[in-house]
Amino acid sequence: MTLQITTQVDARGLSCPMPIVKTAQAIKTIASGDLIEVLATDAGSVKDFAAWSRTTGNDLVEQSVDGSVYRFVLRRK
Amino acid sequence: MTLTTTPSPTELPIAPPADPLAQAIADVEGLPEPTPELATDQPVKTKELVIVNWSGELDKVWPVLILSSTAAASGVRCKVFVTFWGLLPFVKDQKRIVGDNWMQKMLTLMQRPGIDHLKLSKMNFLGMGPWMMGSLRKQYNVASPRELLEAANALGVEFIPCQMTMDMFGLKREDLIDEMGEPAGAATAIEIMTEADASLFI
Repeated sequence: MTLQITTQVDARGLSCPMPIVKTAQAIKTIASGDLIEVLATDAGSVKDFAAWSRTTGNDLVEQSVDGSVYRFVLRRK
Repeated sequence: MTLTTTPSPTELPIAPPADPLAQAIADVEGLPEPTPELATDQPVKTKELVIVNWSGELDKVWPVLILSSTAAASGVRCKVFVTFWGLLPFVKDQKRIVGDNWMQKMLTLMQRPGIDHLKLSKMNFLGMGPWMMGSLRKQYNVASPRELLEAANALGVEFIPCQMTMDMFGLKREDLIDEMGEPAGAATAIEIMTEADASLFI
């Protein structure tokens, strides 16, 4: 089953804290329960998205890495 | 299925005469127990971070802006009390020399105000340090203080300028960027710091 992504954030090349800041802004544009996909190259984002998910309550549904690109799928609370 | 007949009113047993005391006890006992669940049902208080932005130097304003914008992005309410040297980065771009008397003017003559003109607290080397830091910043695609300030404002970080410093430096409300909140004093700083879940002095 493929996930229905509502919106995407391309944070590739951006450093901390911009991947989180951009995701926080983008997630406000989707409805509760909808999914957002984030692409990032910041190695710190692996820990940061897990922490952000815990702080905000937006579930980290899926995460993967492809080379140097990290992918996160979050569900809006 | 059996039919049930309701007794007519006349057949109902007559209630014994009410004892006022027994009635009062029954009334009290009949009250629902206070439900402790109610307290936990209250919405969880939003976490709050307060930062006192004092130094105004590049290597300290930067983390203030990174932490405040990230806090706001994480749903943590963030207030930044902006005081002393920390006020100068929040002067409008088009302002160069501010203040009324020569001593106040000297301050901004020696230290150019504005978010793009910050000095390093160490290895400043007459501006070589900040220039190199800016170059490294671009090379590693790190957000500039200006970009972070814009993000912080967009995310609703509350910046509170210190009225006393403004008076002493000769800074007027219109000298500061429009996003700054209402000026306040030490008592406000203490109140927000003691109510916050974490507070930092940078």
